[in-house]
Amino acid sequence: MITFDRVSMRYDEGHDALRDVSVTIDPDDLVFLTGHSGAGKSTLLRLIMLMERPTRGQVIVDGRNLQKVRRRGIPRHRRDIGVVFQNHRLLLDRTVFDNVALPLTISGYDHREVGRRVRAALDKVGLLDRERAMPEVLSGGEQQRVGIARAVVGRPRILLADEPTGNLDPALSAEIMQLFEEFNSVGVTVLIASHDLALISRLHHRIITLREGRIVGAGA
Amino acid sequence: MSRSGRGASHSRTQLGDRYRAWVHHHRLSAADSLNRILERPFSSLLTWLVIGIALALPVGLSATLQSAQALSARWDGGVQISVFLKPEVSAESAQSLAEQFDGRGDVATVRFVSREEALAEFSLQSGLADVVLSLEENPLPNLVLVTPVAALDADAIAGLRADLAGREEVEEAVLDMQWVARLAQLMELGRRVVLVAGALLVAGVVLILGNTIRLAIESRREEIVIVKLVGGSNGFVRRPFLYTGLWYGVGGGLAAAILVSVALWFLSVPVDELARLYGSGFSLRGPGFIGALNVVLLGGALGLAGAWLAVSRHLSDIEPR
Repeated sequence: MITFDRVSMRYDEGHDALRDVSVTIDPDDLVFLTGHSGAGKSTLLRLIMLMERPTRGQVIVDGRNLQKVRRRGIPRHRRDIGVVFQNHRLLLDRTVFDNVALPLTISGYDHREVGRRVRAALDKVGLLDRERAMPEVLSGGEQQRVGIARAVVGRPRILLADEPTGNLDPALSAEIMQLFEEFNSVGVTVLIASHDLALISRLHHRIITLREGRIVGAGA
Repeated sequence: MSRSGRGASHSRTQLGDRYRAWVHHHRLSAADSLNRILERPFSSLLTWLVIGIALALPVGLSATLQSAQALSARWDGGVQISVFLKPEVSAESAQSLAEQFDGRGDVATVRFVSREEALAEFSLQSGLADVVLSLEENPLPNLVLVTPVAALDADAIAGLRADLAGREEVEEAVLDMQWVARLAQLMELGRRVVLVAGALLVAGVVLILGNTIRLAIESRREEIVIVKLVGGSNGFVRRPFLYTGLWYGVGGGLAAAILVSVALWFLSVPVDELARLYGSGFSLRGPGFIGALNVVLLGGALGLAGAWLAVSRHLSDIEPR
């Protein structure tokens, strides 16, 4: 589903974020991406989302060679991928409903369909009763679940998460991971960057380990 | 990504749905932008007034100029062309020539002054009767005085003069009223001054709006980043800001229309009185409903232009990092 073929990424200031990375993530798999901060986890996710372009090598996402995606095609490419961010990145002046509806509004769904799907997504993350709330009044765990609802509302085939449990306590973190497992079980390919080794080693999924931009363990 | 692999129910949307959603988002953007403007009434009112004043100046000037032009058109009735005939033209053929002139569509009245009449008039008015009597022959030519119809403008009058001067019996045709040409030139000067001032102020309005939109973009930077991260196209991100520019422009145009109407109404009483004292039909005319509507439309167009300028300049700089 996602293939990195000898990908290197050097930032303008000369820092090598990824060095000759080759890895394949199968469809319907749930994979953890781990390593110290600065090991290249975020860069790898950013390359999949076309927030960056690799210095060398190729990235292929769902059969699409990202080299061939021009600037104008980037929004369309991003609509096909759900993303969960560490700091949620919610629109603070919009309700929970409007935040979750954003990807559907962008994709041009009929507003009745938007209502149906948003409620389904909120129901899935257990926040159906908070749709009229503003994000600020929610707890950190709830905000993160709103972020997850927004990532899955467009029913993407790929779900990326960058340190989704970074700010949460262990119990909440486990709940969030369970949500990702549920999405994975209905056929979504999930890639989660996390440095919470204690949590992810309990979950029995493939773990890719990065160190200084190289893959040092690609798991089973 | 090949979404079709998952069938139509996945996330492929119908064309009709997409169109409806697009219209829906336009409505949403328009309403949302208007709400944001109305949420801060004081600063929005200031922006409207700045734009209104900048637009009111050229609009007010051109309304005044149009009133003056309407007046100067009526003054053209006082113009006369003196057609001096060649000495060998007899009084009879001069008379028939005058009748020919009278038959023209662009000529209102014709008066034939024979050389004898002219000499008599001259000796009477100049007080040089003795001198005139001592002349061996009459030095004055036959003269036809031609008054053009009132509707002719300066160019057409000049054309008529040239036409008359071209006749073989005619020695010379003199347009008496040089001031008509001068007035026309003054009007042209005024028109160009209004045009230049208008162009400068319009450019100013576009820049003011561009700057206002730039600030709006800056204050919503994080939101733009998020929208781009979840796949919002530039068009999607652009839309609310274009509407913001449109609303500022329309509001500014409305302010300009009101300012001009009030100012002209305020001036119209003394101007009418003055015109009455001079026995003139001059009166200041306001922009009227259609004129006001045009000002509002102009404001809206300038608002869109300013927003487009700011958006194309600043939005592409904002990329998720």
